[in-house]
Amino acid sequence: MQFHHTTLPNGLEVVAELNDDAYSVAFGFYVKTGARDETTAVSGVSHFLEHMAFKGTEKFSAEDVNRIFDEYGADYNAMTGEESTIFYSSVLPEYLPQTFELQSSILFPTLRQDDFDMEKKVILEEIGMYEDQPSSVAYDRAMQLHFDGHDLGRSVLGTSASVSALTSEQMRAYHAEHYRAGNIVLAVAGNTDWNTVLDLAKQHCSHWPAGVDARQIGTPRPVAKTQYIVKDHCQQEQIIQMASAPTCTDPRRYAAELLTVIVGDDTNSRLYWELVDPGLAESAECGYYEFEGAGTYLTFLNGPPESTQENIDRIARIYDAVNSNGVTEDELEQAKNKIATRIVLRGERPMGRLSSLGGNWLARREYRTIEDDLQTLRDVSIQDIRDLVREYPLLQTTTVGVGPLSAP
Amino acid sequence: MSQNVVKHATLPNGLTVLVETMPAVQSAAFALLVEGGSVYDPPQQNGTATALADWMARGAGDRSSRELLAELDRLGIQGNETASTQHLVFRGSCLAINLASALRVYGDIVLRPHLEEAEFEAVMSGVEHGLLSIEDEPRQKVMVELLRRSYPHPWGQPSEGTLADLENMTPETVQEHYHQVVKPKGAILGIAGNVTLESVLPVVTEVFGGWTGANTRTIPFGTCSPVQEHLDHESAQTQIGVAYPAVAYSDPEYYAAWAAVNVLSGGMSSRLFTEIREKRGLVYSVYATLNTLKNRGQVLCYAGTTSERAQETLDVLRTELVRLGDGIGQDELDRCKARAKSSLIMAQESSGSRAASLARNWYHLGRIVTLQEVRQEIEALTVQTVLDYVHKHPAEHFTILTIGPQALK
Repeated sequence: MQFHHTTLPNGLEVVAELNDDAYSVAFGFYVKTGARDETTAVSGVSHFLEHMAFKGTEKFSAEDVNRIFDEYGADYNAMTGEESTIFYSSVLPEYLPQTFELQSSILFPTLRQDDFDMEKKVILEEIGMYEDQPSSVAYDRAMQLHFDGHDLGRSVLGTSASVSALTSEQMRAYHAEHYRAGNIVLAVAGNTDWNTVLDLAKQHCSHWPAGVDARQIGTPRPVAKTQYIVKDHCQQEQIIQMASAPTCTDPRRYAAELLTVIVGDDTNSRLYWELVDPGLAESAECGYYEFEGAGTYLTFLNGPPESTQENIDRIARIYDAVNSNGVTEDELEQAKNKIATRIVLRGERPMGRLSSLGGNWLARREYRTIEDDLQTLRDVSIQDIRDLVREYPLLQTTTVGVGPLSAP
Repeated sequence: MSQNVVKHATLPNGLTVLVETMPAVQSAAFALLVEGGSVYDPPQQNGTATALADWMARGAGDRSSRELLAELDRLGIQGNETASTQHLVFRGSCLAINLASALRVYGDIVLRPHLEEAEFEAVMSGVEHGLLSIEDEPRQKVMVELLRRSYPHPWGQPSEGTLADLENMTPETVQEHYHQVVKPKGAILGIAGNVTLESVLPVVTEVFGGWTGANTRTIPFGTCSPVQEHLDHESAQTQIGVAYPAVAYSDPEYYAAWAAVNVLSGGMSSRLFTEIREKRGLVYSVYATLNTLKNRGQVLCYAGTTSERAQETLDVLRTELVRLGDGIGQDELDRCKARAKSSLIMAQESSGSRAASLARNWYHLGRIVTLQEVRQEIEALTVQTVLDYVHKHPAEHFTILTIGPQALK
């Protein structure tokens, strides 16, 4: 594996991890813009814009975009989150030039009015689809409550009202502000050579407008809040709880990852043995989510409404025990091996390496090999976990329930 | 296209072992298929296979439930046990150096599960919670309930189980089921990764060589008639499921059927996505897929849309399915071939997907199918062969299931 990096004169960051043994090459444009960079008036515009990219440019119509990607057998898609919008493809090496031209050009779409109006209907369907999923409703509301008053509380999809009211002029203004070269990382992983990457980047991205976006980081100050959204027809109660955790630049994020695997992985964790194995809940998990300037522990619980409160109390006791006594050597060792396997298996595919390569560069301007990740993991000690929970204890600060219950 | 070596051996007890050597990866993965899927669930006890898969992993050999999962984590083995329609499926991925240990652990789970009565209640409440969660996810429920109606019973019954049947299951019925179905004859162990048949055969023989017997049950394939049904649900969207007959994987025309479904729903330039989402904005999600049992196949279609537009969506969907018989463009078939080429080549980057597909191919065809062979079959397709298939198996006799606030016509 060979790492390369350069910055084009307009500020576009280009990183590549090349591997002659791979069968494919994966590449992605990581744009540092998402729901947190919107205003409430245009809530959902980042995600809507991601859809509009596939509606094409002056050169490529919407039908061309879908057709050409398929003609080259590309495995391609895009996704929008709280703080990034990512466009990615995985292709056979011989089709890299053609798919690269297409993928790069759609970051600057034409935004034709009739396409905009049609795609708005699709987005409203997507919002409707997630409204029918209790876990999505709970996640959105939990983020909103936990980050109340902070940009991270804004929904990625927006609301039916905000999306319906959005105009193509507002989208154009948002695009001009955020889609600038200094705000974008091009990451490439797999089977190609550095000169090819450089040539393609220069040819197709040099004319992109320069400039960087100054994101307002702000410091979230979550205060304890609880809300239950009643859905009478639901059989199960879905609970999501959140609490503060290390930010995306905090070295303790590795300890946080290990901690949540020990406490709340989907199998062989403390929550698993206490709640899922005995059949008290359908699922009970805890995960660590990192953001710029913020981090959260997310607790998921899905189970019978009548035992929801008891289950929440059981989780509280597990968290108390970990906050007071830490974890055992044996638990730490098992969690390290578990995560190490995930890292190695994911790293066998260029697509898997791409997400690590692009994500690390976008968040921290940092390159990490698989071996770097494994070494950092091995170095985390019992004491590191103790130090972590002293500063960032496992808590149930924010609680949202979706299901038959109107109160815990 | 470079080609990985695939070899096979059959143990005297009838277990087939398939190994694909993938020199470019560090990992190894396995998939063990045992003929004990939900189709074998005793009558009015649908959910038995799913309960059994969970119960088997709750303590086996010398290890308790906790010791077992701890051992898997220590070895870095990502494993799971599930039930499909036809099989109990035991899968695992790990570093190739740990494969032998992984097989030993799974040998205990398959041959020496404790099946302790004390665990049974927890197993059953897990099954029940899983089913209640499907009730809360109409998108998932519509496809589960569609299959129940579109294949003859019990071939369409959900592997997850049926709520009303759970009370008929006892520790004794499920234990009895274990002894009936978990047998080596007809079982298939697919392995792929940085290993060879020669290197793994000794451990496979050590672990599974002493296993004996056969699942002698045969489940007849009856008939069922197309139906249209609606289930009421309070929701923003209406979920639409449509099924119609196709051919099975073992059929000589399978690849033509595959291409026909891909013209409808392979990639974002395919017809359903273009006509229903891109041109009309009726849905976020729409797809068609080819579902196959050993001797029967169906096309399954899905669309989810806000209720006011549900009738239009169903109408356009049916029109597009039927319109396939009017003709297929050379460009449409070429795109299917290009997508297949990429995905077949990229499959060589994933030991997990190769292990599963080796085992699945052996089940359906009784032989090894290389990626090269699949590639040749697909390359050989012409617009005429695909169209001939579509004329022979037109989109008709639809089974339609909808879930939402209002029934559709």
